[in-house]
Parts: sequence; C-alpha cells; structure tokens
Amino acid sequence: MNIPSGLPSEPLLGMIVALGDDELVLGHRNSEWTGFAPILEEDIAFSNIAQDELGHSLAWFSLHEQLTGKTPDWMAFERNWRDFACCRLVAYPKGDFAYTVVRQFFFDAAEQVRMKSFAQSSFDPLRQLSVKILAEEAYHLMHSQGLVERLGDGTEESHRRMQAAAETAFPQSLGLFEDFPAEADLVKAGVVKPSRELQEEWLTEIMRVLTRATLVVPVRKKNGTFEPECSPDLGGRTGRHTDDLRQLVSDLQHVYQLAPGQPW
Amino acid sequence: MTEKSHNEQLTEFEARVARGDKVEPGDWMPDEYRQNLIRMIGQHAHSEIVGQLPEGKWIPYAPGFRRKLTLVAKVQDEAGHGQLLYRAAETLGKSREEMIDELLAGKAKYSNVFNYPTPTWADVGVIGWLVDTAAVINQSMLAQGSYGPYARAMKRICYEESFHIKQGYDAIVALAKGTPAQRAMAQDAIHRWWYPTLMMSGPPDKASPHTEKAMRWRIKTKTNDQVRQEFVDLIVPQIRALGLDVPDRDCVYDEAAGHYRFTQPDWEELKRVINGDGPMNKERLDVRRRSHEEGRWVREALAAKAKRANAA
Repeated sequence: MNIPSGLPSEPLLGMIVALGDDELVLGHRNSEWTGFAPILEEDIAFSNIAQDELGHSLAWFSLHEQLTGKTPDWMAFERNWRDFACCRLVAYPKGDFAYTVVRQFFFDAAEQVRMKSFAQSSFDPLRQLSVKILAEEAYHLMHSQGLVERLGDGTEESHRRMQAAAETAFPQSLGLFEDFPAEADLVKAGVVKPSRELQEEWLTEIMRVLTRATLVVPVRKKNGTFEPECSPDLGGRTGRHTDDLRQLVSDLQHVYQLAPGQPW
Repeated sequence: MTEKSHNEQLTEFEARVARGDKVEPGDWMPDEYRQNLIRMIGQHAHSEIVGQLPEGKWIPYAPGFRRKLTLVAKVQDEAGHGQLLYRAAETLGKSREEMIDELLAGKAKYSNVFNYPTPTWADVGVIGWLVDTAAVINQSMLAQGSYGPYARAMKRICYEESFHIKQGYDAIVALAKGTPAQRAMAQDAIHRWWYPTLMMSGPPDKASPHTEKAMRWRIKTKTNDQVRQEFVDLIVPQIRALGLDVPDRDCVYDEAAGHYRFTQPDWEELKRVINGDGPMNKERLDVRRRSHEEGRWVREALAAKAKRANAA
C-alpha cells in the first residue's frame, strides 16, 4: 500500500505510530490489573479493555507495516523507547483504581472524538480503521463513564480518591491533544482535524460526565466552550518522555530481547 | 402429610445419582454431600483466582503481540472461571464473600500447583500445557458429576481450557524449535513442573479417605490415581515428541499394562504445600490480601451507590 501523492507521508506515518503507541502503552498498563482488580467483574473488564487496546495498537502497526514494511512486533518489541511517540498520560504507573478509571475515561472520551473525526479523513485507511475501533470503544466509554459516575459520587472516600485522580489526570490528558509533528500539513491535506478542535469537543463531553460525578477540574467557560486553566503535560509526541516509559518499555521487551527477532 | 424419613430420602437420592440423574439446587441432598461440594467447588474457585498470579506475573514481559494478547485472555478466563465457580457454590448456600474471606484468612485450600514460583517465560507455556492438561482430565471427569450447576460449569470451563492447552503447547513448541537457550528454558521448566503437576490429581487412592463416598455420590467419577495415570499416558509421548523429557528415568511404557510407569511424587511435599507451607503460599495469599484490601473502597462505594439507587 502506498500513501497517495499529495498527502504528507512523514507526518502521516508519525501520527499512525503515535496512535499505535498510545494504545500499546495504555493496554500494557491496563493489563497490570489482570489478577489484581477490586472485584472479579472489573478484573475481567480491564483485561478485556487491555486486549482491545493491544488489538488496536496491532491494527495501527499493521497499517504502518503495509506502508513501511516494519512488522508490528518490531515496532513494539525492538524499537528504542526514545522513539515511542505516545502521550505521557498513558505511561504513568497505574496508580490506585481511581486513577486508572479516570485516566481510562479521559482516554476513551478522547478516542471517541478522534475516531469520529477520522470519518472525514482524506486518507481512506484512517476512515476504515476508525469504524472498527469505534465499535469497541463505545463499550469502553460506557464502562469507564459508569465507573466515574458511581465512584465519583459513591462514598466520601471514593469521592476524595476520584477527585484527586481527576486533578492528576486532567493536565496529563491534555497531552492527548498535543499537536502531532507537522500537524498543520496533515490538517491542510484534510487527513485530520486540528487537535485543538478535538480538545474542545472532548472537554464538552467530559464536563458533562464530571458534573454528574460531582468532580471538578480546572476549566473556565468562555463563549459557551470550555478552556483548560492549567498547563498541559506535553512532550510525548516529540519523544520527551518520563522515566516511566523507559521502565515500561524495558519490561515490555524483556523476554523478546533475550533472542530478538526469533520466534517466541 | 407424611414426612419421608432421612433414610428413605437418602435411598432415593442415591438411586437417582446411580441412574446418572443430575442433582439441582432446590433438591433434597444429604448435608455431607452439600458440604463436600461447597468445599470442593470453593477450592476449585480459589484455585482459579490464585492461579491467575503465577502466569499473570509474565503479562508485562510476554514476548510479541500474539503472546501478550493470548496470555491476558488466558488469565482473564481464569477470573471468569472463578466467577462461574463461586456462582455454582452459591447455589448450595454459601456466598462468594464468605468463601473469599476464608481464602484470605488462610482457612481454605486451593490447588498445590499454584504455590510454585514461575522464574522464566517458559513457565507460562508449561503451565498452559502440562498443568492445564492435567486440569482438563480432572475437570472432564467432574463434568460427569452428579451436581448439575458444577457439572455444567465444568463443561464450559473445559471448553475454554482446551484453548489454554493449545496456547501453552504452542509457546513451548516455539521454544523447543528455537535457540539452544530457548530450548533449555523449556526443558528446565518441564523438569520443575513435572512432580507438582503429578500431585495435582490429589493423594494416592490408598491415602484418600473421601474417595469411596465421593464416587458413590458421583461427586467424582474417577479416582485420583486413575486421573493421574491418564495424564501421564497422554502427556509423556507429547513431551518426548518435541525432543524434551520428563525428569524420571523410570518413566517407561509398560506394554503389558498398556500404561506408562512412573515414579510417584513426594506425597509429604504435597501435604506441606496444601497445608500452607509451599514455596509460594505466603506470597500468593499476601498478594491476594493486599489487592483485596486496596480494592475495599471500590466495593464499598459501588455498594453504597447501588443502595441509594435502589432506595430512590
């Protein structure tokens, strides 16, 4: 498969990798709950979400493979961690269940907005892949949104933990909307909508749920739209990662690197 | 109205069971039958939940997309099996919470095999292949048992376990065909898991006092020794076909008997491990207790919210 002439290939490939990395790294984090969740039903749910995310990552990297020839396993298990392009949000340790739930909700809501925006992309494979991903993400969002509402407005302790988690995860989540490198070229070619616009839509979505959950994040309303009132936690898209990612990738690649490139 | 005497009821019950009828939750059953099943199903459920840990340890490190995905799915299945089994035990009158509390208090038993360490990636393959093969032989037998909800749970679990076996076998085949180091890793894991897996089917028949009644009531349909022999006969040729071996020089095929001979495991070790003194018992329960404690606020909040929703 070739990238149609007229589309900026380098930025497009970069974005595909970034989206694959987001899913890979969050899938890895969620799978850390397998065996350890507060109730069996959530153990099963988070294992399921982890599999879906790893599956989405595989789908992004498979598209990338069709365009570049690099295998998904090479991308995930042989690439240097500094070349990952995930946002910082997904690499932070899983924390308590409140942090996991809030991060997941912010991520799921962002994914909805982004995948829906791909329906108008000038790059066909994005349109096709987003349909498949949206079908699964609808369940993720239902699940994480339900948990945010119930735990946000559950007991005093659950409210306190969820509020703390929201305060931590909110600026981090703004990193989901950090511009992709050379994003302006992608916007101009009709491949994507500007991240700024997606962030606005996302804020409207999450504020609706956070209000019902009695949770507060630093935003102000201006001309009918929300704007964040904190500095976003950026850097992931350009490879400025925290040490958490280095550790995560080292775990991820640990066994594979005992005999790299060998069938395992 | 004439009440049937206990003896009459027992005779009827045993006749039903002997005919191969299933006993269902509301039916009359001897109290000993009920208690035995609660204990067995509870232990089985605990084994699934504790059994998530030895393999779950390798989820972060699983090499390659395919291995990582199938391992998460497998360990997730175990949580699902636990859920299903706790539900089956609940039909006999004991709640999941009570059973989990007993597990965490160290009062309940679970399979010996999950109290051994998993130091290498190959352990994941060997557990899926050897341990799950032994489990499926046991569980196919239990699927023929007399208590309906347990037998039906076993059918479904066996179906999923057959994929686990494939997953484990496939991982070991990759190692057996791989570099010398990969191959050595597979062989080492088989050596370590051989005897613990043989012990899984329980103590030898001559030292198993419950067997006679369990067979009469069709709680079990085969003895421990029968199940163990079936496992050895099935697995030894599979292992040798990969050019790997079991750590037992006396393990040879006996033409006349039509079975493999094998060295009995150390039954004292089984006793120790089952009673809490195995290499990983403390660690396994500590981990379970810690995550149970850390999740308490979640369970409380969900319960509080549900209660308010019901009251509204």
